[in-house]
Amino acid sequence: MSQYQENATIIRFEQLTDTNVRLTLQTEEIAQAAKPGQFVMIRAGKSKDPLLRRPFSIHQTSSNGRMQVLFKVTGRGTGLLAHCKEGETLSVFGPLGRGFSIDPARPVCLVGGGMGIAPLLFLAKRICQVKQNTETDMIVLGGRTRKEIEPLLSDFQFFDIGIMTVTDDGSLGMHGMVTDVLKTLSLPNNCIVYTCGPEPMMKSVAALCREQKVDCQVSVESVMACGMGACLGCTIKAKDDRYVHVCSDGPVFKTEDLGWNL
Amino acid sequence: MEFVGNHDPFPDLRVKIGALELQNPVLTASGTFGYAREFVDLVNLHRLGGVVVKGISLFPRMGNPPPRIVETACGMLNAIGLENVGVDRFIELKMPYLRGIDTQIIVNILGDSLEEYRHITEKLSQVPGIAAIEVNISCPNVKKGGVAFGSDPDMAAAVTRVVRDNTSLPVIVKLSPNVTDISLIAMAVEQAGADAVSLINTLIGMAIDLRTKRPCLANVIGGLSGPAIKPVALRMVYLVARSVSIPVIGIGGIESAEDALEFMLAGATAVQVGTASFINPRASEEVVEGIGDYVIREKLQSVRDIIGALESD
Ligand SMILES: Cc1cc2nc3c(=O)[nH]c(=O)nc-3n(C[C@H](O)[C@H](O)[C@H](O)COP(=O)(O)OP(=O)(O)OC[C@H]3O[C@@H](n4cnc5c(N)ncnc54)[C@H](O)[C@@H]3O)c2cc1C
Ligand SMILES: Cc1cc2nc3c(=O)[nH]c(=O)nc-3n(C[C@H](O)[C@H](O)[C@H](O)COP(=O)(O)O)c2cc1C
Ligand code: FES
Repeated sequence: MSQYQENATIIRFEQLTDTNVRLTLQTEEIAQAAKPGQFVMIRAGKSKDPLLRRPFSIHQTSSNGRMQVLFKVTGRGTGLLAHCKEGETLSVFGPLGRGFSIDPARPVCLVGGGMGIAPLLFLAKRICQVKQNTETDMIVLGGRTRKEIEPLLSDFQFFDIGIMTVTDDGSLGMHGMVTDVLKTLSLPNNCIVYTCGPEPMMKSVAALCREQKVDCQVSVESVMACGMGACLGCTIKAKDDRYVHVCSDGPVFKTEDLGWNL
Repeated sequence: MEFVGNHDPFPDLRVKIGALELQNPVLTASGTFGYAREFVDLVNLHRLGGVVVKGISLFPRMGNPPPRIVETACGMLNAIGLENVGVDRFIELKMPYLRGIDTQIIVNILGDSLEEYRHITEKLSQVPGIAAIEVNISCPNVKKGGVAFGSDPDMAAAVTRVVRDNTSLPVIVKLSPNVTDISLIAMAVEQAGADAVSLINTLIGMAIDLRTKRPCLANVIGGLSGPAIKPVALRMVYLVARSVSIPVIGIGGIESAEDALEFMLAGATAVQVGTASFINPRASEEVVEGIGDYVIREKLQSVRDIIGALESD
């Protein structure tokens, strides 16, 4: 579980929508060491304000030491990152946290909503590397509109895994929510569902999985200062009223380990 | 004779905090460096002057509900609530690793009664590998209606005495800035037998989310740290260094060697790097390197030459 702090050059800057940006970074060690579901802390700008790094899931890595992050502009930090230019460098620290656990023998279903799709590309890639057969596997991508999902869709089409899309306004795929799609699928009971997205979405996916007695791994968020277990600021409620730290115990958890009242 | 031409590659950075000898004046601040192991991939721990570990209480504490942290202008507020594994598990699980680092290990302790401080001190005094105890007196005294020990000279002195009387290790008392006159507290703990004081702990503050009309922290109030507090900390270090004759350790918003050297000019014998480690995990080691470069560049005999060397008219 080695960690590195690198000055990563921005190789490519892509404005996917008005608010969504994808950065390709040259980060030798981090890209080599990263596992699906892990994240990096990126410093937005070089000044004392905003002070803290921002956490981002690793979208995918390449064998030539590159790494992508995909984010939505939601505030000052992401706003600054959205103004970066190719050739500039960013201080990146990672890979951090515990990622998804993969069992090559079991069928999977990946369920992503909005920016929660980010870590699932890396996961899908790894699953295809370790599994012989992905015929019964499934990817469900949800978002508000076609515009949000479409730029991401083509990357997932590289895999031999069935994809279903769903949007709030019906502009792409099914009209509704990811759980509406999940209900139409009959998940095999040894299936693992992996999900990342807005918390209400993940909770309804988790509730559905519980009903169907299917294992579910979620990637959750919390505010973070250090991202590495030093500040103890990123706690969330786990089962039995205990606390866990999202950055070091997670960000991926089995839903039954969390204190979610499903 | 000294080296001619080429500079001395090994500047003298040693300082003494009472009986505690540090290879350089840079320590990590409690609660911002975990139990050091978290940083081993990123920092050469052996190069640090010392490591001050996360505050330890007699029994494990769960800490406060989330959200526990919020970013503010050039700083952050935290209300971690002193989450820690408790002294017994600390000794069992954390000390074996810490002992292996070639630096001074300082254990930060906290309690909500004098009894608790006494118990922890007794337990830690039996443990090999601990170089000193830093006493966090910013905690509420349960028996006195939750008033912080550190806010009253008598209570601060009482805690200091309890720790002093139960250990032969150097005792550093960490002062709270949330007081009217920090020098009074510093003088009281000096009288009570402290070997050194460290300051400042976080400044209490608050942040509100206008959108939700709620406090940003579940605990409502939290402690402010980071570059935002540096001027306040510098002034307090300056005042305290002039009021006591024991060594002062400067803390508050230190990110660079320049920041650290300013605290030393104001009278600090050593410094602690806190929040900066979250943004740059290597911050503490870089401060060590930067101070070394400064000593060479300014052709000082030793870093000790700048302690309290502030010039004024
Ligand atoms: C493990 C992890 C992975 C993440 N991966 C992605 C990703 O791949 N793509 C993406 O778009 N976003 C991701 N996020 C959320 C992202 O970190 C926040 O959107 C971002 O920090 C907002 O910063 P800001 O300065 O733009 O917003 P501001 O609202 O100005 O931020 C203020 C403070 O709130 C914190 N904050 C605000 N929103 C969040 C949030 N949702 N989660 C955690 N902290 C928050 C910030 O870190 C900062 O300290 C992830 C969060 C975590 C914890
Ligand atoms: C997240 C966090 C946790 C802290 N925990 C402790 C603690 O357990 N004990 C203590 O004495 N001080 C604690 N502090 C205070 C710091 O050690 C330091 O005094 C303060 O943050 C000011 O320094 P800085 O501005 O460099 O961070 C904590 C600070 C932060 C930010
Ligand atoms: S973010 Fe600091 S401990 Fe998790």
